[in-house]
Amino acid sequence: MDLRLLVQLGIIAFTFFMLINASALLVYAERKVMGFMQQRYGPYRVGPHGLLQPLADILKLLMKEELTPKGADRWLFTLAPILAVTAAFAAFATVPFGAETTLFGLLDEPVKLGVSDINVGVLVVFAITSMGVYGIVLAGWSSNSKYSLLGGLRSAAQMISYELSYATALSAVILLAGSLSLRETVDAQAGSWFGVIPRWYVFLQPVGFLIYMIAAVAETNRAPFDFPEAEQELVAGYNTEYSSVRFALFPQAEYINMTTAAAVATDLYLGGWHGPFLPPEYGWIWFLLKVGVILFAYIWVRWTVPRYRYDQLMQFGWKWLFPASVINLIVTAALVLYLNA
Amino acid sequence: MLETLVFYLLSGIAIVASALVVGQRNPMYSVLLIIASFGALAGLYIQLDAPFVAVAQIIIYAGAIMVLFLFVVMLLNAPQEDAADWDRAHPLRRPAIARFGSLLALLLVVELAWALISASGVDAPVAAGGVAPDIGSVRALGRVLFVDYVFAFEATSVLILVAMVGAVVLARRDDS
Repeated sequence: MDLRLLVQLGIIAFTFFMLINASALLVYAERKVMGFMQQRYGPYRVGPHGLLQPLADILKLLMKEELTPKGADRWLFTLAPILAVTAAFAAFATVPFGAETTLFGLLDEPVKLGVSDINVGVLVVFAITSMGVYGIVLAGWSSNSKYSLLGGLRSAAQMISYELSYATALSAVILLAGSLSLRETVDAQAGSWFGVIPRWYVFLQPVGFLIYMIAAVAETNRAPFDFPEAEQELVAGYNTEYSSVRFALFPQAEYINMTTAAAVATDLYLGGWHGPFLPPEYGWIWFLLKVGVILFAYIWVRWTVPRYRYDQLMQFGWKWLFPASVINLIVTAALVLYLNA
Repeated sequence: MLETLVFYLLSGIAIVASALVVGQRNPMYSVLLIIASFGALAGLYIQLDAPFVAVAQIIIYAGAIMVLFLFVVMLLNAPQEDAADWDRAHPLRRPAIARFGSLLALLLVVELAWALISASGVDAPVAAGGVAPDIGSVRALGRVLFVDYVFAFEATSVLILVAMVGAVVLARRDDS
């Protein structure tokens, strides 16, 4: 078989494997960080410092009985978690995570680190992430339970509201980079101003970055915006009736979505794999570091900020975040037009 | 070869899903099938070298409009249609009206068949070389929308806004 094709398949398999790992590691990191913030140790028994805890969790979930409620819609009840996790995996397909590399001189011509590179990459990520809502909505509806239905409805309303701000914040970066390709956007951020400040868009788009991060937290249903599963009001929200593997797929989708959001933020705002000290061949180390920092911030926020009220969430989304992102877009567009003219 | 195979697969999904949309008794399934049909259409757009149109199809139709549909279906909790509950006395079920309706349906089938037969001799525009290669690109599309046809485009958006305001006015309850 063609060596290039083989390498590309290898990269795809590797990305898939890393995303599964990311969800397992994030569960561990979440519990560990939460533990430290609450002055506890967190998981400590399974493996050194509890590192094998996610493995034990997954094993336990696999052994559980799969229950389907009597009044549930069987087809959709099974389909919903599959949809959620498929959309989560597929969204990473156009996210590049490293510069061109020859894999330490193994190959004659360099390959691009990333599953695929198409010229509307940003939009593809956005499109597929927006499909993720179906998994949650269908899970809520097909369970035939009040709590699940309310969780699903809230999720749909929340995602539609925050998708707008999310997309508008992205558009400002697209304007700056002049390209819809994630790889070109990253490469536009190479180098530095005055030799000190890296040319990252976060310095040109601080407001946009903030809006993106807030909207991304809401998009992935994380605290303080985790209304679809607000446990005080809705038991567990859309996944109340789920058990075993089907249940496990929902948090997995959530953690993979978090990883994707962090990776896209790194590519669009933090210069992707560009950074000082390391040769471009090793840029993926910078990429992993930046993604790690954003993911830590995600967890940090979750265990620091209490949950909003539902009407506050809607008010904040429509009356503050969306107007702010539109103003940000207009100012950016005007400046780009003025400076390029 | 592979491309032709993918084309027939996607078209097959689109046609079968669209046909099933009408046949479902449960509106929830109808919504899901129409999403599947939209997804297949997006695949066809990609085959036509128009990735932007494909992504726009997913974002706008599958991602935004259908979520709204799903929302409404879920909120109304529309019951499953049942043949036993049909209203036999409904004015649309009178024989004369039913005959007129079936005549219209027949006409539609004839018209579709005629259109397909008369179009079969024409080459696809891309294959005939009559279209610029970047026709589906964002730049080309933006130019067409915001330069060449800007009046029609803006007029349409105003029209949609008017329709929206009208819907709000009609749906509002008088509190007096």
